[in-house]
This record gives sequence, C-alpha cells and structure tokens, in this order.
Amino acid sequence: MTQPILRISGLRKQFSGVEVLKGIDLEVHVGETVAILGSSGSGKSTLLRCVNCLEVASGGSIWVGDELMGYRQESGDTVRRLTESQIAVQRRNVGMVFQNFNLFPHWTVLQNIADGPRSILKLSKADAIERSMALLTRVGLADRATAYPRQLSGGQQQRVAIARALALEPGLLLFDEPTSALDPENVSEVTDVMAALAAGGATMLVVTHELGFARAAADRVVFMDGGVILEQGSPAEVFDHSQQPRTREFLRKSLV
Amino acid sequence: MANLPSNQTEIELPLTQRPVDVARALAPRRPATWVLSIVTVLVAAQIVHLLLTNANFEWDVVGQYLNSETVLQGVVMTLFLTVTAMTIGLILGGVLAVCRLSDNTLLRALASSYIWFFRGTPQLVQLIFWFNIGLLVPVLSIGIPFGPTFASIESNTLVTPLLAAIVGLGLHDAAYQAEIYRAGLISVDEGQLEAAQALGMKPVRVFFRIQLPQAMRFIVPPTFNSIIALVKGTSLVSVIGGAELLFSVKEIYSQTYQTVPLLIVASIWYLFITTVLNGVQFFIERHYGRGSSRTGSSSIVARFFDRRAAERTLNRGMES
Repeated sequence: MTQPILRISGLRKQFSGVEVLKGIDLEVHVGETVAILGSSGSGKSTLLRCVNCLEVASGGSIWVGDELMGYRQESGDTVRRLTESQIAVQRRNVGMVFQNFNLFPHWTVLQNIADGPRSILKLSKADAIERSMALLTRVGLADRATAYPRQLSGGQQQRVAIARALALEPGLLLFDEPTSALDPENVSEVTDVMAALAAGGATMLVVTHELGFARAAADRVVFMDGGVILEQGSPAEVFDHSQQPRTREFLRKSLV
Repeated sequence: MANLPSNQTEIELPLTQRPVDVARALAPRRPATWVLSIVTVLVAAQIVHLLLTNANFEWDVVGQYLNSETVLQGVVMTLFLTVTAMTIGLILGGVLAVCRLSDNTLLRALASSYIWFFRGTPQLVQLIFWFNIGLLVPVLSIGIPFGPTFASIESNTLVTPLLAAIVGLGLHDAAYQAEIYRAGLISVDEGQLEAAQALGMKPVRVFFRIQLPQAMRFIVPPTFNSIIALVKGTSLVSVIGGAELLFSVKEIYSQTYQTVPLLIVASIWYLFITTVLNGVQFFIERHYGRGSSRTGSSSIVARFFDRRAAERTLNRGMES
C-alpha cells in the first residue's frame, strides 16, 4: 500500500471540559477516499476541522505529509505551536469544502477560484485564469465565471467551492457535510462531481450523511460515535456486514 | 344569496362564484394618504410664505455675506478641520479596533481604556482641555521616559487653537470610529474567515481581502453619520478661537448685529457640505454592495447606476 498522506494518532479535543474526540487514530493513503459517517455530535466535523487546524487539538498529533499540523518539532521532544501565518502555509496542502459553501460574496466566481493560484502560488494572471476556467469546466460551470455567488443555486455554489479548493492542487481534500445545506434535487450534482474526483485519484476525507455516495464512491467507510471510531472498513463491510449494533442501528434509521 | 327562490328561471350566481379577473382591479382607497398630502401642502405653503414675507430673514444680507471673504475663509477652515480630524479618526480608529479585537490582552486593555476615556468625556471639554494643556504640562519634551530629553518646547507656544482643534476633534472621533469598525468587523460571518484560512491565506490578507471589504457595508453608513457629525462638531472649535465657519459669521454679526441672516449663511454652507458628503456616501456604498442582493435603494438614480455597475461587473469578472 502507498504511504499515508494523513496520519492522525491519539487525537483528543475538548470544548470547555466536554470531551468531543476521545483518542482518534486514522490514516488516509494517497488516492484514497474515506467517508466518515455518524450521527450529529459524534465528533466527525470536529475531527475534520482539527486536520487543517480550524480547531486546535487538545492532544495527540496530526501529520499531513511531512508536516505536523499546527506545530513544529524542536530538539528533543519539545513541540512548539506555530503562528497563524506558519499554519497558513501548512494549510495550502489541505483543501476544504464547507457545509455552507462560504464562497466570498464580494468576489465573482472566477475571482473566488483564481485568487489562491494568483496570490499564493504566484501564477501569472493568465495562468491563474486558465487554471480556474479549466476547473470551472470540470465542475460544469464555465458559463458562470462572471456571476457573483448569490446569483447561483446552492448546488452551483458548492461546485464552485470544490473548484476553489482544487485550485491550489492540495494533496488532501476535506469535505464537511458538503450536501447538507442543499435542496434534495441539488445533491446529486455535487456528489457526482465528488465521485468523479474520487475516481480520478484525489485523496479525500468526507464527512457526509449521503450513504449512497459513501457506498458508491468511498474506498473506506469510518463510523464514529461518541468521539471514537467505532468501526471502519470497505463500504460492503460496514453497510452490509457491520459488527457493531450501534452502526447497524444508525444505518437502519438513516435508510428509512 | 345562498338560498335563491327555486321558481326563478335565470339563476343569478352568488358573488363568490362569479368569474373574476384581478388584472383590472382598482387601486385600494387610501383616505389617510389624501389627508396627509393636503396637510403637507398647507404646511409647506406656510413655510414658503414665511421665508418669503418675513423681513427678519434679511435675504439680501444672506446674499451679501454668502460669498464674503471672511465666510469663505471660515468654510475652508471648517473643511480643513473636518478632513484632518477625520483622517486621524479613520486611521487611529482602525488601529484601535484591531487592538480591541486582538488576542493580545494588553492591546485589548489599552484600546478599551482609550475608548472608555475619549468616548466618556464631552468633546467640548476635551477641546478646551487640549487648548489649555499648558496649565497641566507647561513644557512638552521628547525623550526617554524618566531618562534624558532630546528636545522640549513650551506648551503654550506649540498648542495653537488650530492644533488643539485637530488633536481634540481627531482623538475624540477615533474613539467612535473604532467602535464603528469593530461593529462591522464582527458582523462578517465566521465561515468567511474559516474559508479564507482553509485556503492558506495569512492573517493580514484574510483581514484586508476578506473581512474588511465585507465589513465595509456595515462600516460606511455609520461612518458617514460620524463624518457629518464631525463637520458640525467643528463649530465647537469657535469656543477656543479657531476661525472656522461659525466663528467667522459670529465675528461679522457681533459687529453688524445681523444675527439671523448670518446664522442662515452658516447653515447654508453646513448643508452644502453635508449634501456633498451624502452623494459621496451613495457611491461608496454602491461600491461595497458588490455581490449583495440587498444593494440599498431602488430609486431611479440608483437603478441607473446599478445598470452601469452591472456592465462594469461583466468586464471585471474576467480579472482576478
């Protein structure tokens, strides 16, 4: 098997005394798509947000490639927390797609996507536009480049958000319930794009309630409950032959 | 209507079952609007009548002094004070707001104390205080605290009415402006900042490219409120002998006793300045309304400019 691009070990997270993550170990390998399932409050979004340091972990460690996210190892076993600017550099290898899209409303679709390549990767304006238009074509929205986010439907906004996350060519993509804020009829246009990405070899960690997507597109399914990983395996193992009563209960209720 | 006689040959349909087309509906009756309109016209006519017939307005005197040199000098001084105090307020206010929102406890405490003090004491008191700073600190020096001094000057020589006015108005304005900035900055959705961070933007860039532009929509209207208040607030400077607009007309009417017409002269100039500012506000708000579905008014003027803005947007869309 290929080397892991994401290595989470013993990850713990507390919010004002309440333990939300109670020691998570998880590896994601290059080219793998991992779906995280679980009911709300199981800690799956918090886990995702710890990976790119939107939440500061209370303990354990997260490695993305050779980077210890949020920290730097000094001599011996001293570890020093990085500044926001230093963390920003680490985050460039981790793209994220949010539940509420979070496109920048004062920028056009094209500006939303091209800003990263232009200002962070220092591409020329022409190259940044070319890359952005190629991404827009990939998500089927090349004709909406000059629109502002508010002029698009939810599904279209989320596809732009995916293009924006891809623009920096990150090694790892995080999806935080990307279809939860969409109208039911718009869900498939987003999951189709994600499935195509997964099939194309992208490395993805996806928190989702779309069991259909998880079954069809994920290489591995992780079931979380109460801040721990209860079970993980191939979609067939988890969906059809779950060893855990809690998982079976969740799946039964979700499929109704 | 429901129980029609059964012997009737041609049955008349009840009202609720007749075919209806709302396309030819009449406008609703609005008697209150008519009453209000008549009252408004009457009151307006009364005011115009008063303005034209009351000799005490002395419109000829107003016309005589409106462009007089003393008044124009006052206007220039008022504008100068407004611009300098506003510049201090906008810049220092920005620094204070960033400090108040900072993670650094010391910076937060310093900014909060500043705002507490300068917002909590009257502007007039502050102006008089700065003008009389010599009573508190007779000699101002530059040097290392408790150490050697490099240069010093007598306060009374340094602090002219003009300097006291600029410092007094500017420092006071900064305290208010800081809170205006802060209100705008915290109104920007947290998700916007997270999205910018997740894209690897550094904090300074997140602030200037994502947070501040979106905050501007909430910052601009109260800022113009405060600038307009500042224009009129400069009249306080007349108390410490700054030769601004009110001071200038006072100088004239203290000799000619034409108090009313000269106060009208001053009012006309204040209204002129604030009207120009209203126009500037319109354009700035329109600029920061980009991408917003709620772009202010829908007046004919606004719609005209919105169409031009839409055309420009199309052109700009291809830029990064």
